[in-house]
Amino acid sequence: MQLIPCPWCGPRNEPEFSYGGEPAVRPIPAESVSDATWSDYLHFRANPKGRARELWCHSAGCGQWFIMERDTATHAIFATLKPGAAA
Amino acid sequence: MKYNALSLLKQGLTGQQGWPQAWRSATLQPRYDAVVIGGGGHGLACAYYLRKIHGVPRVAVLERGWLGGGNTGRNTTIVRSNYFFPESAALYDFALRQYEQLSEALNYNIMLSQRGILMIAHSDHDMELMARGVNAMLLNGIDVELLSAAQVRAELPLANASPTARYPIHGGFTQRRGGVARHDAVAWAYARAASALGVDIVQNCEVQDFIFEAGRIVGLNTSQGEVRAGNFGLSASGHNGVLAGKAGFRLPITSYTLQAMVSEPVKPILHTVAMSTATGMYVSQSDKGELVFGQGLDLYPSYTQRGNFNITQSVVASMLEIFPAFRGLKMLRQWGGIVDVPWDYSPILGPSPVEGLHLNCGWGTGGFKATPAGGYFLAHSMATGGHHDISRPFDISRFTTGALIDEAAGAGIAH
Repeated sequence: MQLIPCPWCGPRNEPEFSYGGEPAVRPIPAESVSDATWSDYLHFRANPKGRARELWCHSAGCGQWFIMERDTATHAIFATLKPGAAA
Repeated sequence: MKYNALSLLKQGLTGQQGWPQAWRSATLQPRYDAVVIGGGGHGLACAYYLRKIHGVPRVAVLERGWLGGGNTGRNTTIVRSNYFFPESAALYDFALRQYEQLSEALNYNIMLSQRGILMIAHSDHDMELMARGVNAMLLNGIDVELLSAAQVRAELPLANASPTARYPIHGGFTQRRGGVARHDAVAWAYARAASALGVDIVQNCEVQDFIFEAGRIVGLNTSQGEVRAGNFGLSASGHNGVLAGKAGFRLPITSYTLQAMVSEPVKPILHTVAMSTATGMYVSQSDKGELVFGQGLDLYPSYTQRGNFNITQSVVASMLEIFPAFRGLKMLRQWGGIVDVPWDYSPILGPSPVEGLHLNCGWGTGGFKATPAGGYFLAHSMATGGHHDISRPFDISRFTTGALIDEAAGAGIAH
């Protein structure tokens, strides 16, 4: 079981958290974006082995979203950041 | 050597010392006509069909670790084809029909046991959805049967049938042609048959990067040196995304850990594969007597092949709520495999965005049951450059056209 440091609540148990995906930037304006670009935004991700930057939510805790930098091959956690904080 | 009663008798009389190696572990040659990346069941099946059906002369399978040491040896050995959409039913039933004649075709006992799979409904709402699913499957030509609560209780005498149970029994459905097969034997059978046809099976050979010429993949740099070929097949399950990245494109998949576990062996207590809709839990009893069970993903990207304890606990809790009698058993082993789950839980088959590379990706949590199909259609794509009618709907272009095949429920695992 992992201990995940919520940027607001401090270290909490893994089951309190939900993974929210790899961040993706919504292309705008949507109506003039090609199908390929839109599909890429919706579905295609890097799915990295190793260092990853991900969205997480402290869903069964404070309910806040945050960025987590961690290693998908070792589960080492490097940093958790409030949204908008510099990496 | 052909395996039969006579060879068994002869070897028995001579102390079992004369069995030859079932397949040949080869060293990498510099050039092939086709190279398959990934020596699991799918990759080995592909190599076999490339030689057997398409007559491709020089074929190699590259395996990073040992043959069948990834998800082929980590799944819970269940085979079935009870899928909702016609495209999926055609695909998975193709695999099941191949499985039904595989032992004979490959002269290797894959220990297919069509003991049936049984999905339990825990509420009236489950039952309504199940009736809808069963009707769709029947229209797809899949032989499933809706079962009453009494029928399910008769099939699963050890399940908690109390109306006050946490997961009460309201009915269910079964596919009697479903069941289990020995997963290692499937890999070994294809390896033996492929090797006999001259396929090079190269173990401990990790693909490091792709070699391009004029925009086409023409070779690979591997831990055993460079190899060139006319066509390449990607069949590396959880690591498909990593390899696609090296080839310069992305896949609509996420790699997760899926756990499974076994109990200590006991005498026969469960004669079918029981699956629970509400929890995603599934359990069967192996021929050795161990209960083999699992439930759902560790719900964040991972390449650890382990799985965390909170999920293990949830799997065990679900099973014990449904089968309280299993409470006395000790757990023998727990492990994880890395599964490549696509957005619509359906596989991605056929030509890749890069010329020279073909895909057998995205089988996610349900790849074992599809082993013969994954291999067959990857071989078809590599040999002909295009799709078989059954694999066409699973082309990667569906993510752009929007023609997704959403089998979240068909996958049968809590996602």
